[in-house]
Amino acid sequence: MTGVAIVGAAETTELGRIPHLSQIQLHADAALNTLADAGLKPSDIDGVATAGATPTDIVHYLGITPRWVDGTSVGGCSFMLHVRHAVAAILAGQADTVLITHGESGRSGVGRGGYRGGGGSSLAGQFEGPYGGMGPTTMFTIGVLRYMKDYGLTHEQLASVAVVQREWAGRNPRASWRDPITVDDVFASRMIAYPFHKLECCLVTDGGGALILTKAERAGDFPQPPVHILGTGESVETPMVSQMQDLRSSRAFRVAGGEAMRTAGITHSDVDHMMVYDAFAHLPIWGLEDLGFVARGEAGPFIAEGNTRPGGALPLNTNGGGLSYMHSGMYGMYALQESVRQMRGTAPAQVEGAEVSLCLGVGGMFAASGCIVMGTAATA
Amino acid sequence: MAELKPRSLPEPTPETQHFWDGTRAGEIRLQRCRDCGAIYFPPRPFCPECGSRDVEVFVASGRGSLLSYVINHRPHPSFDGPYAIAVVKLDEGPTLLSNIVDCPQTPDALVLDMPLEVVFAEQNETITLPLFRPANGGAS
Ligand SMILES: [Zn+2]
Repeated sequence: MTGVAIVGAAETTELGRIPHLSQIQLHADAALNTLADAGLKPSDIDGVATAGATPTDIVHYLGITPRWVDGTSVGGCSFMLHVRHAVAAILAGQADTVLITHGESGRSGVGRGGYRGGGGSSLAGQFEGPYGGMGPTTMFTIGVLRYMKDYGLTHEQLASVAVVQREWAGRNPRASWRDPITVDDVFASRMIAYPFHKLECCLVTDGGGALILTKAERAGDFPQPPVHILGTGESVETPMVSQMQDLRSSRAFRVAGGEAMRTAGITHSDVDHMMVYDAFAHLPIWGLEDLGFVARGEAGPFIAEGNTRPGGALPLNTNGGGLSYMHSGMYGMYALQESVRQMRGTAPAQVEGAEVSLCLGVGGMFAASGCIVMGTAATA
Repeated sequence: MAELKPRSLPEPTPETQHFWDGTRAGEIRLQRCRDCGAIYFPPRPFCPECGSRDVEVFVASGRGSLLSYVINHRPHPSFDGPYAIAVVKLDEGPTLLSNIVDCPQTPDALVLDMPLEVVFAEQNETITLPLFRPANGGAS
């Protein structure tokens, strides 16, 4: 254990389509719910981290006077990196109580602002932009045919990722899509970018979430059971998916995941619950293999055979994931929230007896990764 | 068919100008490290393997193979879709993103590892893009 715990965690009051709230208010709604969850006021916070907005935006809006800030912004896993950085800051005495916020009007685009996409003079603008890519649906997905040829992954196995996660979503009242689906339903959904059908791509929704971290020795002062940070990892690889060292594997996953498990002092068999940021159906396959839970080429059959579904050996993406629960654009915060719920024992699809949760995030298109291992009080 | 809009085009920088000058001249220009021998892309004035600034530009073969791709089915203003976006593995080692031309844009026709050769597609007076077609003239 690191000696730091999560003592506040909450999402926005609503998820899905929230056109009546601007992006910064989604941050604030999540932050206020999280402060209430921890029994704190904004003035109790002395450290702030965020992405998608600047820390300046957030502290001004919420009325916080921070002595530590972190604006690390490496895509949807930024919040995993914030957790890691907050642990270090708290242990170094640079902050006592850190608030991490996310809010994103991904569907409604209200007050979204900010800078999206690369210019024509960036490396990606010069060497990827001209060839007709349309964002993540065409670029995040580009290595999958290579993986299928080399490792034998079938279209049915890829589709089964969406089917299994919909099974979890059916148990989550807040999930956007809850009706059961079959592999044939996936195949019948619209082709987006071969080999990816619509049901193998994430949702686009509005929402937010926030976390509060402090020293574990203070955790008894808060109303919720503490969720201990056992280990953390982070890394980045390349801003261009076409320049990955290996299209079939994420170096950032390998480094961040290995570091998180090493610092947590755990082995694979210690992990009771797992989240892998799933913007597309292949990401859990990459995550399971890059972190060594299964051997190369085995993750497709592992999922298709039911090992990650309710009652399976390794419950994965138990909120329904980005494919069915929600996906605002920077989904990492929602993966962290589900790990916290599972460690608190309050998840709608609770994994009985789960004491260690591993949460793996991705940023950009395999550009970055952050990984957090959490545990219940019994692990501390 | 509706008129297609021009593609999003590269804006060369001092470090990449030689590459875009090369495509205008009908060449793929890669870089090689004089210290460790690494061949790399995209362009930069130092070696990403060893950090040496002692690097040189050389003319590559323009041949490669189809490493992976997607076929985009959503409408794009610059493409008469569906169309493939492909990662090409050059014979010299580096990968680069491109499109495959002179070939049906279907999974049956786009076979992984098929040999490819570069074709140069002029976009305007300053920019020519490297596209690829099946080797041996694009017979399919
Ligand atoms: Zn070198």
